Amino acid sequence: MNLLLLFKKSLPNQSSGFCRHLLGILAITFYATGCSAATWNNPYSADQANSQTLFSSFSESPKHLDPVVSYSSNEWAILSQVYEPPLQYHYLKRPYTLEPLTLAKMPETTYFDAKGKEATEAHPAIAFTEYLFTLKPGIQFQPHPAFVKDNLGQFKYHHLDSDALSKIDMVRDFKQKSSRELIAADYVYALKRMALRQNHSPILDSMAQYIEGLTDFSERVSKAYQMELSVNDKSTQTHFFDLNKVEISGVQIIDKYHYKIRIKGVYPQFLYWLSMNFFAPIPWEADAFYKQPGLVEKNLTLDTSPVGTGPYQLVENNPNKRMRLLANPNYHQDSYPVDGLAKGADPSLLNDAGKQLPFIKEVIYSLEKESVPLWNKFLQGYYDASGVSSDSFDQAVSVSNSGSMSLTPEMQEKGIQFLNMIQPSIMYFGFNMADPVVGGYSEKQRKLRQALSIAINFEEYISIFLNGRGVIAQGPIPPGIFGYQEGQAGSNIVLFDWVDNRLHRKPIEIAKQLLTEAGYPNGRMPDGTPLTLHYDTAATGPDSQAMLSWYRKQFAKLGIELVIRATDYNRFQDKVRGAKVQMFSWGWNADYPDPENFLFLLYGGNATINTNGSGINSANYDNPEFNKLFLKMKTMSNSPERLAIIQKMTLLLQQDAPWVWGYHPKSLSLYHSWLHNVWPNPLANNTVKYRRIEVQERVLKQSAWNQPVIWPIIIVLFVVIGSIYPLRLAYRRRQKASIKTVAKNTKSEDI
Amino acid sequence: MFAYIVRRVLFALPILIGVNFITFALFFMANTPDDMARAQLGAKQTTPAMIQSWKIDHGYDKPLFFNAESPGLAKVQETLFVQESMKLFAFDFGQSDSGRQITADIYERMWPSLAIALPTFVIGLVTNIALALLIVLFRGSTLDTATMMVAVAIMSISGLFYIIAGQVLFSKVWHWVPISGYTEGWEGFKFLILPIFIGVFSGIGAGMRWYRSIFLEEMNKDYIRTARAKGLSDIKVLFGHVLQNGMLPILTGVVVVIPTLFMGSLIMESFFGIPGLGSYTLDAINAQDFGIVKAMVFLGSVLYIIGLILTDISYTLFDPRVKLA
Amino acid sequence: MSFVWLWTDLMVWSLLFVILAGIRSIKNSEQARKQWRSIFESRVAMASMVILTFYFVFALLGSVHVQLTSNGENTSEKRQGVYSVLDLSLIHLIEQTERTYSAPFATHEYSTSLNFDENGQVSQSYLVLKHGGQHLTNGASIWLDVLVKTGLPLLVTLGIMALLLMVHAYFRFKAFALRSINDKANKMPWKTAYISFFSLLFLFIWFYYMSHFYHVLGTDKVGQDVLLQSIKSIRTGVLIGLLTTLVMLPLALILGISAGYFKGWVDDVIQYLYTTLNSIPGVLLIAAAVLVMQVIITNNSDWFGSTEERADLRLLFLIFILGLTSWTGLCRLLRAETLKISQVEYVSAAKAFGLGPFKIIKNHILPNLMHLVLIALVLDFSGLVLAEAVLSYVGVGVDPTTASWGNMINQARLEMAREPMVWWSLFSAFVFMFTLVLAANLFSDRVQTVLDPRRVN
Repeated sequence: MNLLLLFKKSLPNQSSGFCRHLLGILAITFYATGCSAATWNNPYSADQANSQTLFSSFSESPKHLDPVVSYSSNEWAILSQVYEPPLQYHYLKRPYTLEPLTLAKMPETTYFDAKGKEATEAHPAIAFTEYLFTLKPGIQFQPHPAFVKDNLGQFKYHHLDSDALSKIDMVRDFKQKSSRELIAADYVYALKRMALRQNHSPILDSMAQYIEGLTDFSERVSKAYQMELSVNDKSTQTHFFDLNKVEISGVQIIDKYHYKIRIKGVYPQFLYWLSMNFFAPIPWEADAFYKQPGLVEKNLTLDTSPVGTGPYQLVENNPNKRMRLLANPNYHQDSYPVDGLAKGADPSLLNDAGKQLPFIKEVIYSLEKESVPLWNKFLQGYYDASGVSSDSFDQAVSVSNSGSMSLTPEMQEKGIQFLNMIQPSIMYFGFNMADPVVGGYSEKQRKLRQALSIAINFEEYISIFLNGRGVIAQGPIPPGIFGYQEGQAGSNIVLFDWVDNRLHRKPIEIAKQLLTEAGYPNGRMPDGTPLTLHYDTAATGPDSQAMLSWYRKQFAKLGIELVIRATDYNRFQDKVRGAKVQMFSWGWNADYPDPENFLFLLYGGNATINTNGSGINSANYDNPEFNKLFLKMKTMSNSPERLAIIQKMTLLLQQDAPWVWGYHPKSLSLYHSWLHNVWPNPLANNTVKYRRIEVQERVLKQSAWNQPVIWPIIIVLFVVIGSIYPLRLAYRRRQKASIKTVAKNTKSEDI
Repeated sequence: MFAYIVRRVLFALPILIGVNFITFALFFMANTPDDMARAQLGAKQTTPAMIQSWKIDHGYDKPLFFNAESPGLAKVQETLFVQESMKLFAFDFGQSDSGRQITADIYERMWPSLAIALPTFVIGLVTNIALALLIVLFRGSTLDTATMMVAVAIMSISGLFYIIAGQVLFSKVWHWVPISGYTEGWEGFKFLILPIFIGVFSGIGAGMRWYRSIFLEEMNKDYIRTARAKGLSDIKVLFGHVLQNGMLPILTGVVVVIPTLFMGSLIMESFFGIPGLGSYTLDAINAQDFGIVKAMVFLGSVLYIIGLILTDISYTLFDPRVKLA
Repeated sequence: MSFVWLWTDLMVWSLLFVILAGIRSIKNSEQARKQWRSIFESRVAMASMVILTFYFVFALLGSVHVQLTSNGENTSEKRQGVYSVLDLSLIHLIEQTERTYSAPFATHEYSTSLNFDENGQVSQSYLVLKHGGQHLTNGASIWLDVLVKTGLPLLVTLGIMALLLMVHAYFRFKAFALRSINDKANKMPWKTAYISFFSLLFLFIWFYYMSHFYHVLGTDKVGQDVLLQSIKSIRTGVLIGLLTTLVMLPLALILGISAGYFKGWVDDVIQYLYTTLNSIPGVLLIAAAVLVMQVIITNNSDWFGSTEERADLRLLFLIFILGLTSWTGLCRLLRAETLKISQVEYVSAAKAFGLGPFKIIKNHILPNLMHLVLIALVLDFSGLVLAEAVLSYVGVGVDPTTASWGNMINQARLEMAREPMVWWSLFSAFVFMFTLVLAANLFSDRVQTVLDPRRVN
């Protein structure tokens, strides 16, 4: 404010009128901008900053927003706010629990034997399982042009001419929008879309194993569709194939609010799939609407502009810049959970219990590919929450020796909050069990793997490369998932000793002993040459060098030489699929919170060599006893018996050591004090609706943290203005001089 | 003139075919269609059936240069290279590997690129010429020598330093402008200031030296000496004669870059998070999205050739002695 | 211990021979000698040349590799592998790594960490470095220590300079004595040369000496000495600048001259070739070529015995790719010039005498193109050094394990976002790179002024 005065006072006396004028203008400009907005560097408009708007970011452009295609977390972060599958995870509860979302109650399960007669769950030979879904009545889709009908009952926008198209760039450009009630047929339609091969749904092949009639249906409609395409010479993007005419034998629409899905045999995990976007309803009108060539040309497709029933609607989709969600005006009755607070959680999480969702009216996701601006903007208050990258880690978080983390004083001063949790994931170091050296099930081969497992010290790995953001894994099942056991009961006795209530990795001498017993004394082969093992990795980044040499060091402890073959990710995958690797690192994120989702990574039936490369058991572990237990465990519901079986399986795995049980990563997130109801739930994606923002606090802090520093401008102005006079003087002098002698300036070349 | 342009355009055809050939050959040496399908379909549980249907959908099921299964001429015609090249020549860029319409994307991302490149170009040109004129006034003096030293120093600093230093200083420490981002309209002004400033500043060294040498050359011509001997002041000579005559080499020199302004700046856009064509290209390289890479290479080549033709035309327009045969 | 010759090593040393041969031929030609004399008459050019020579010497030192093998069981495990002579002379820097960031001349780490003392008490404190400044007794002033320690390097430098002066004075005296009285006095700015040589030598010796006691330019994220990285990066920068021109030169010369001399379809084909290459956006072309190269390297991972060889091959490929994409400019220039020269009377006369085209090219055309070639070489050098940084940023530069300024800058971007800023990595890369490019630019300016007759006089 007092900028103007400052300028006036400091005006140099000798400067010309012109300069004074210029300075005045500049000063006024600064003065004006200084008044209108408190900060100059606010990347959003003032209105947005002053409203219930959540500012978030995405680092990778979402490629697919079509729920039957999308299968990556960055896409689900947006998609799950728009679409509503039948079920969702309870926001707060641990262990992760399913609850109805658009359903009136949890699906009702009926079992049938081979003769089609109803059976109990305990029946030894269940042939089918049937799920009955009952929808909540009165749920409306978001307002959308695809639903608009004219007076004659025809869809108004389903046959757009070029004239109408010329005014359309985005979905919101349509003048009229309408809605329709969500019915059972919409859920069934989504299933049919998934079956259409041309839609490239990633889970079609796995679902076809379970849903009765899906394989048959898929082949039939895909062929029919391909025929129609080649007859009409159209592409999949612009030709609508009416799926309403055909039915899947195992899926049945009963009435407006009820539908049934029939599963082959028993597959209790199916319910978890129903919380994923693949099973979200798709109105057929939208599918038909988006197949218009004129819209496809403008990148308006179901893949870019979703139509759902969720709390938000996507109003702007520019994957190169910004995604914007607005609250859905038609959103149904949905309230903040009133119970289920997990142990140790902040009780203030229940402050909003029972209130109608969502709280936040608008969400702006900005593209932020670089971690530097992301972190800076978070610190400036322009993002409400942030993850912690390893580069910003040690200025944000301090770790104590016991592994507990807390914020650094600088962060605490800003009022930043902090949450960390162990993710339901595992990062492991796998052996190829089909390999003649590290693979195999003989006692000697097993001992070699055990020796290596002791030698590769993942505690050290976690502290060096992850700043402690991980916990050492004892088996394949991560914490928070049924079958995981804490403390001594869960410890891997092959690699660890339980002393003083803590895990202690067995000393390297034991590994050496095991190695000798395995037939490689001091890491030498029988002929005296050192044992050489090969490790394949996709890590080729600048940081990976240190990591690879760390691995080499681990093997060197046993006298074994490790040869590293680093390639890019595509080629690495190729090699793993072809079982052409000896050792490799990989990871797995839970699709759903069931031990089956982790143990099936080691089930023989999924081994890559048994499935021609499409299986996910990359270690090719195939132990008949394990396989038998796995099949038994798979269909059980969580019970002490199931736990006992899982324990048995884990023990088998620990003895066989097909993986070096790496670690379960920890996610850390920071958020500002004005953001409320933050609770990490790695399986639930539709969590924006629970969040709330204290707008006043945000505005105040933002402006306090971002006051522009203006003295450099003043200095620069002084220098520029101050140099005008001497320059003029010098010029005059030169002119006088040059009249006397015709100057030939060649000296200037001599620099 | 018209005949000349037609001839040049016809000459451009074999060049563009050559460009396409290089692009296709290089890209498919590094990637197989299967890799591309897998990259698009995601890592979890990709089955051969899915890969096959993806390849058919995107036209990657055909062989690259030679189709042994087809009869006669179709051996060459029914190939990825011919099919896709034909589409490119019709400026039908089709869909990217991830399924978006490339033409629509290019149209949309062109504006942010221009919003940076055009002001940088114009302001840079004006600043450089103005500074060069100022320096020519003081030619041969210590000021001249010192400024030229500074100019060489400016040239000798990597652009990355300017960007990093600019972001740290102006955004992080002084809170003047947002560190990165972009919006349309006047709101977007604050995002553009820093990249434009850095673009102009880093170009000052080379630009100023070049224009200075042009003006000096003009200054040493006989008619200027006569004019100055008659007692005309330096300023009058500069603005009256030197600037006017110096414009010809300047314009013909810069005309070639004007079309390529569309392509945007790779580095600047990715540092500042500007959704232009430069970052589009860079992303496509990183994601190995062939659909976009081939479209951008083709577009870049076309623009370059247009630039060459424009240069030739500008010679005739500014200098009546040059005739295009 | 045995010598290992990497591909780029061989190329650098052969380049040295090319340069030496060039100097010899300059000595033999009266006109060339005069030209070069006049180039070095500029004080700026002289100082630049001293700097460039310094950098080149470092590049040469970094280009002699030896394989060290462990002789005992576990004794010298640390020193196993391939080292360059430069590495060996700075081995104390390689071995004295810290835990993480430390500022230049620091004795403690840059950021605090939580520590437990013997009583189990937790405290937030700056950890003491393992090596940097650990010779100091508690409470001693670092600056005083540095000042005291400056004495020895100064003495050593002065000693070397005195020796050098004596030798040089002897030659100059000899020349002076032999010169006839009519000859003009030598105008060479020897004073500038000495001053710049002295400052560089002193700086280097000072840094070297100090690096035994301190991390003179700090340490990076994993505690490696930044000075070491900066010095090792010299080789990468200089190699990319010099060897690329070595690759592109034959291409540009052969194609440019043939196009200009033979005309007709040869000209058409060559013109087509370079217009096509030129019209592909440069970074895209380089990126595509680098991707292909990566595939080749991964598919043939058995070619390489060690990480060094792999990184070296990548550098070599990069040099080739840069060379193959950057010959077009010079080629176009040479073509135009050849067209002009082949119309000059004596060339037509030579043709009329029935001299073969290769003779004509060798005797009449090539010598008249040399100034263009030289100018192009010195001009391209600085551009290529700068390009390396940008390419590394895009991810298509040298191997991430190769020390290079581009990789340093890339790393430094993240460091600048820290609070407080870690500025020294960026600063070091900046200073080292800036000095080289500035010297190259200034020198190329002078070369252009002297050699290009068309330049404004």
